[in-house]
Amino acid sequence: MTHRSRQLRVSALARIEGEGALRVVIDGGQVSDVQLQIYEPPRFFEAFLRGRQYTEVTDITSRICGICPVAYQASAWNAIESACGAAVGEPVAALRRLLYCGEWVSSHALHIYLLHAPDFLGYPDVIAMAADHRDLVERGLRLKKAGNAILEAVGGRAIHPVNTRLGGFYRAPAAAELAALAEQLRRALDDALATVAWVAGFDFPDVELDCELLAARDPGRYAIERGQIASAGGLSFPAAAFAEHVTEHQVPYSTALHATLDGRRYLTGPLARYTISSAQLSPVARQAAAAAGLGPACRNPFRSIVVRAVEIVYAIGEALAIIGSYERPGPSFADVPPVAGTGHGVSEAPRGLLYHRYELDAAGRVAAADIVPPTSQNQAAIEADLAAVVSAHLDLGDAELTALCERVIRNYDPCISCAAHFLDLRVERR
Amino acid sequence: MTATDPPTLAVWKFASCDGCQLTLLDCEDELLALAREVRVAHFLEASSQVRPGPYDLSLVEGSITTPADAERIAQVREQSRFLVTIGACATSGGIQALRNFGDVAEFRAAVYASPQYIDTLATSTAISAHVPVDFELRGCPIDKRQLIEVITAFLAGRKPVVPDTSVCSECKRRGLTCVMVADGTPCLGPVTHAGCGALCPAVGRGCYGCFGPVTGANLPALTGQLRACGMTPRAVDLVLSTFNVAAPGFAHDSTEPGGSGPGEERR
Repeated sequence: MTHRSRQLRVSALARIEGEGALRVVIDGGQVSDVQLQIYEPPRFFEAFLRGRQYTEVTDITSRICGICPVAYQASAWNAIESACGAAVGEPVAALRRLLYCGEWVSSHALHIYLLHAPDFLGYPDVIAMAADHRDLVERGLRLKKAGNAILEAVGGRAIHPVNTRLGGFYRAPAAAELAALAEQLRRALDDALATVAWVAGFDFPDVELDCELLAARDPGRYAIERGQIASAGGLSFPAAAFAEHVTEHQVPYSTALHATLDGRRYLTGPLARYTISSAQLSPVARQAAAAAGLGPACRNPFRSIVVRAVEIVYAIGEALAIIGSYERPGPSFADVPPVAGTGHGVSEAPRGLLYHRYELDAAGRVAAADIVPPTSQNQAAIEADLAAVVSAHLDLGDAELTALCERVIRNYDPCISCAAHFLDLRVERR
Repeated sequence: MTATDPPTLAVWKFASCDGCQLTLLDCEDELLALAREVRVAHFLEASSQVRPGPYDLSLVEGSITTPADAERIAQVREQSRFLVTIGACATSGGIQALRNFGDVAEFRAAVYASPQYIDTLATSTAISAHVPVDFELRGCPIDKRQLIEVITAFLAGRKPVVPDTSVCSECKRRGLTCVMVADGTPCLGPVTHAGCGALCPAVGRGCYGCFGPVTGANLPALTGQLRACGMTPRAVDLVLSTFNVAAPGFAHDSTEPGGSGPGEERR
């Protein structure tokens, strides 16, 4: 085996959002190259955002990703409201958090049940899984539907919500409309707790990531729709300092730009959020995590499915709490008059930290836009993890090793539809 | 297909956000029932099992923006008995068709550090610009009830019931107060294809055209009304230049000289 040259290829990765491929080169028993190739065609959002009116931005950026449109709206409104020096009141902020909880529940349920669990149970997809485990699949679909119910009640539509705007919402839901969700969410909380217990029983390879972890942190609560940026290693900085710490650079073996944090590879997403903020979880989420065998930190990417399940428990509890204390805000939005300047914003997309920066002129026209999605930040860490896993399993045949690589990629729930618009495509030059 | 085999369904992705294919997975109440009626033969977002074609029904998301995709859609067409486009990207080129009115080389350089490695076409075009399409489902994103209707109609061998009327007709049926008449809120409802269920007027917002132009849209009359509601020529240009910017029914004269929106590139 040691002198054999092997190449593993997956020309179209399945059960991920968007289009990607994988190429691994093994030379003389050493992994010489790993490329997570993005062939999703670019759509040039940052280019055509220039010249648009600042009030249009959140409707446009939501179209970057159909799985996490609220994240693309939230980071954009955080950045633009910051540029304009506008602040929204607490009732509007609570509604935004509620909306974002809906996206977490829906997106995480999609990933756990429809994309990720089939790997652990040995099925090609959820439909085949449903033939043997119909109750489980129905539970996952109920959870996903509960998340979408929040998105529809608050956002007006589950995919690309229409009710959101700079400063808040076109219309704040009446208290009775939100109260109508509570019964469905209480049942969903039971489903979420059952989900944690279920995925905790999966078989997890013993792997630890050694890279830095980066996530938003919000004092007093688990960061979702806003926050400062923090690392597991103790860094802490505001969104405005993102570019001082995170840079994109070229690596010798490819034309891709990889993000690094102060020169080092890093990971964002559920493992980072949990490791940095697990103490901020609700008691019920913390108990569920402990019962599932999670300590205060989690660096095993295979266990990310458990962290996602714990985050569903948290998000549903948070949604119930917001609904329980909801009072319809007087004005449903704050005025955000245009100011010339630059604004930065972050939020925690289901897949991790999402950074936006906008430069506006005095009339509110966008002069420049910069968007750094989680999957492009995670690329280098995913590739390093793949290299480590392949190195540790060189004894496997190509088919088994390739299948293992695909599982490793799905652990990160990569959203290539988002990332492709900001990544260089790789060209093999051999 | 033999008498016992269910028809096969394939879902294809081109340049897009994944939201329209996600709409299929968002049919939480119908998904498992649907899986009994059709065999999901190719749906990469949902399954790692890929069965070879031909396919009875192909749902196509996304627009054509690269030379490779222009070839791939021809192959998809060859393998598909019926081909239905789902969503604004596949039906009119999507928001990425803003490049059609700009300088794509400059766009590429603005976003990518090494633009020479980005293989892209100068335009983002609808699927129908490349291959014959059997049905086009509108929306950014599509509506899941309409998606179920299209699949059901295909299974029953009948035409889908997807009325080519305006958002106004849905707004009236919901009993909503007209936001434009009552509040002077600019609204694209009169020229926009129905299908969403008048979501925006229901929250007091004017329609912003996700479903693209309705057949026979009277755009000059509406743009006059939008101006009367206080919109500037540039604002009118921008609101018509979003997810269905390349749809012929939303083509309009840009009226603001020296503007920096898409309008100036359109002249």
